[in-house]
Amino acid sequence: MNRKNLALGNEAIAQGLLENGCAIATSYPGTPASEILSSLARLQRQTGAALHAQWAVNEKIAFEIAYAGCQAGLRTAVSMKQVGLNVAADPLMSAAYMGTSGGFVVISADDPGPHSSQTEQDSRLMAMMAKIPVLDPDSPAQARELVAVAYALSEAFRIPVMLRPTTRVCHARQDMAPLSPRPPERQPAFEKNPARWAATPKFRNQLHHELERKLAEIAIYPATAPLKLNAAGETPKAIVVSGVAAAHAREIMADLGIGDRIALYQVRQPFPLHTDFTAQLLAAHSEILVIEETMGVIEMQLADRQRVRGKLCGAVSRVGEILPEAVENSIRQFAGLPGRVPSLPTVPGRRPTLCAGCPHRASYFAIKRAAPRAIYTGDIGCYTLGLNLGAVDTVLCMGAAISQAAGFYHAFKNAPKPPDIVATIGDSTFFHAGVPALIDAVVQGVKFVLVILDNRTTAMTGNQPTPATGTGAMDEPLNRVAIESLVRGCGVSRCETADPYQLEAFTRTVRAAVKYSRSSGPAVVIARHPCLLDKRRQEAAALAQAPTVGDACDGCGYCLKNFECPAMGMDPETERVRIDPLVCSGCGVCLTICPQKAIAACARD
Amino acid sequence: MQAPLNQQIVISGVGGQGVLFVTRLLAEAAIAKGLAVLSSETHGMAQRGGTVLSHFKVGDFSSPLIRPGHADLLLALKAEGIAQHAAFLKPDGWIAVNAAAAPADGGNRCCLALDADRLARAVAPKAVNLILLGFALAASPAESENPLFCDLAEIQSVLQKRLDARPQLLENALAALAAGAAAPAAV
Ligand code: SF4
Ligand code: SF4
Repeated sequence: MNRKNLALGNEAIAQGLLENGCAIATSYPGTPASEILSSLARLQRQTGAALHAQWAVNEKIAFEIAYAGCQAGLRTAVSMKQVGLNVAADPLMSAAYMGTSGGFVVISADDPGPHSSQTEQDSRLMAMMAKIPVLDPDSPAQARELVAVAYALSEAFRIPVMLRPTTRVCHARQDMAPLSPRPPERQPAFEKNPARWAATPKFRNQLHHELERKLAEIAIYPATAPLKLNAAGETPKAIVVSGVAAAHAREIMADLGIGDRIALYQVRQPFPLHTDFTAQLLAAHSEILVIEETMGVIEMQLADRQRVRGKLCGAVSRVGEILPEAVENSIRQFAGLPGRVPSLPTVPGRRPTLCAGCPHRASYFAIKRAAPRAIYTGDIGCYTLGLNLGAVDTVLCMGAAISQAAGFYHAFKNAPKPPDIVATIGDSTFFHAGVPALIDAVVQGVKFVLVILDNRTTAMTGNQPTPATGTGAMDEPLNRVAIESLVRGCGVSRCETADPYQLEAFTRTVRAAVKYSRSSGPAVVIARHPCLLDKRRQEAAALAQAPTVGDACDGCGYCLKNFECPAMGMDPETERVRIDPLVCSGCGVCLTICPQKAIAACARD
Repeated sequence: MQAPLNQQIVISGVGGQGVLFVTRLLAEAAIAKGLAVLSSETHGMAQRGGTVLSHFKVGDFSSPLIRPGHADLLLALKAEGIAQHAAFLKPDGWIAVNAAAAPADGGNRCCLALDADRLARAVAPKAVNLILLGFALAASPAESENPLFCDLAEIQSVLQKRLDARPQLLENALAALAAGAAAPAAV
């Protein structure tokens, strides 16, 4: 018997890719998509499949590498999160026109909620804008199945196909049949055809006509047609669902016992919506409710405002995740059933914070000391949490810390007393989108300090390697790019590296950089200390002892307010700070924080 | 042959406590029994010390999330999880919580408390999650109309398989599980 395994949605997608002969897979990490590529790399190691899996420096580069692979006739895939697709929007739009030769799947994972994203944007709308078909799985198992469908569709029409899972698919776990053997590989073959692959605007116009023809045919393609999920006959009412809303609705309809009264349809390809389905749906039912995440993509293609309910009339929320309780309430109302599911009470949970002993906490503390009245532009990563410490004033998108610092500089440069500006960016983010922004700042002579928080990894998304790490997705050794030489190559003449754990010395370095920047333009400080979630560090740190708080502690709370280490808390009985040895990493930075010098290192026993 | 079984469990805690590990153990125990499993977890920002919540469903389900009023058990690795998540429970659902004393805000539901933090300091510093799981597994048949779908031995065998290659970790994990199972509930 083939025993089932437990698979994360993202692992299921990786299985689907490998089972369908994917030869090149690329990605830039981003929650909720990150585990697609890491699972693929793991499966590659286990099976020895002929697969090139890599982390690219950003989503645009990842897209272009994978796309070229499909131009050479191979099956390829690129994966990212929804905001990453913005970065890759440029090649996406063109690739839709030029089409593919081998199968090409663009996986863009959406984050309704948003659990860990700047926006709740719906990648299906991006597919619509690019004019490519998009598939919307409801579960890990269906995501795996739809990978096969996506490749078949892509090759049948020579078009990129988007797979759009959401957080509740990517990060759901389900019992699943084990990986099945993959089909034979193909040989790469690139057919030179400049009219297609390097087309001028005149040819692009032709390609656009061709694309429209493809879409019309995809709208009747049987393999992606909507499914009827229940046995309801000729009912006046129908519910149309897609994505994880389909999974919620199926269960809720069964619980409410209305599966024979209201027809339930699942749309697996929200764009282009099947034309026969649309016609039949509108002919057979007089009232239709559409439940989908995040935008009304299906709803807007069912253009009959009198009979279709959904986001436009407020029957379904336009904002946030459509939780099952909300789905139940929408269905109850539509079915004319009494009662409402109460939502959970909004009790404030814990706010996320940097780990105990995170080197970024020390960096931010030093920055605040060195430039107390500065404007702090921040960026995307763990270190966004520097806002808890009052050391991050802005977060826009990847790389914007540097360009926004430039914007603030230009805005204030004629003011009588221009503020200091300190930008912070992580190492991975710097590689991703910081470099062009830094070049611009150098050219314009922007007076600011850039602190590159270099913890040697992409920590927020699960510690993927960066170009400075020297290893790849499959643990293979790779070349390295040193951040120092990159910074100097951008034209920055003052660049120093220091360890934020050496708090006093590090603060002096930042202070000197701030002073330099006021007169001479950009100064860079590389704050280098490895992330605590890095395995080897963890083992080393386990040896370090938690410091002790002595009698000199007067309970002023300065450390709690300004340093916010999660291992520290006020002991209500003694009115002194206490350090929880279960949480403390033993980094020792708090020794220098306490104004009373009440915290002391513990002697090893 | 058992009757088909449907069970929904909410596991809550904060980042670093091992909520996801407990979910995995339960899921693997279910799969070993031939049951279908669906679960959903929070990743990302929440892992940096923020609230972590895991929905776990075993049996005939299609949605990865639990609706309020539908859970059989809330496993709370922090006492504050009760105020946040007790509303997931159905009327005869029960709570196993890591707390020094049974908190008052569990409503009139059956709420079993264990000071797993204190026990962890003595037994296994980082294994509050396994201690509480052991406790819930041991408490389940006796204290509730609504017993868990799996038992202590089944979780032990999942741990054995998972940590086969790392005897030291396995020993600690089994010790934590056993310590929780042997502990009496606090009042
Ligand atoms: S994961 Fe690493 S970078 Fe992120 S908060 Fe923890 S120690 Fe800091
Ligand atoms: S040594 Fe101090 S700053 Fe470092 S983790 Fe422990 S309590 Fe926090």
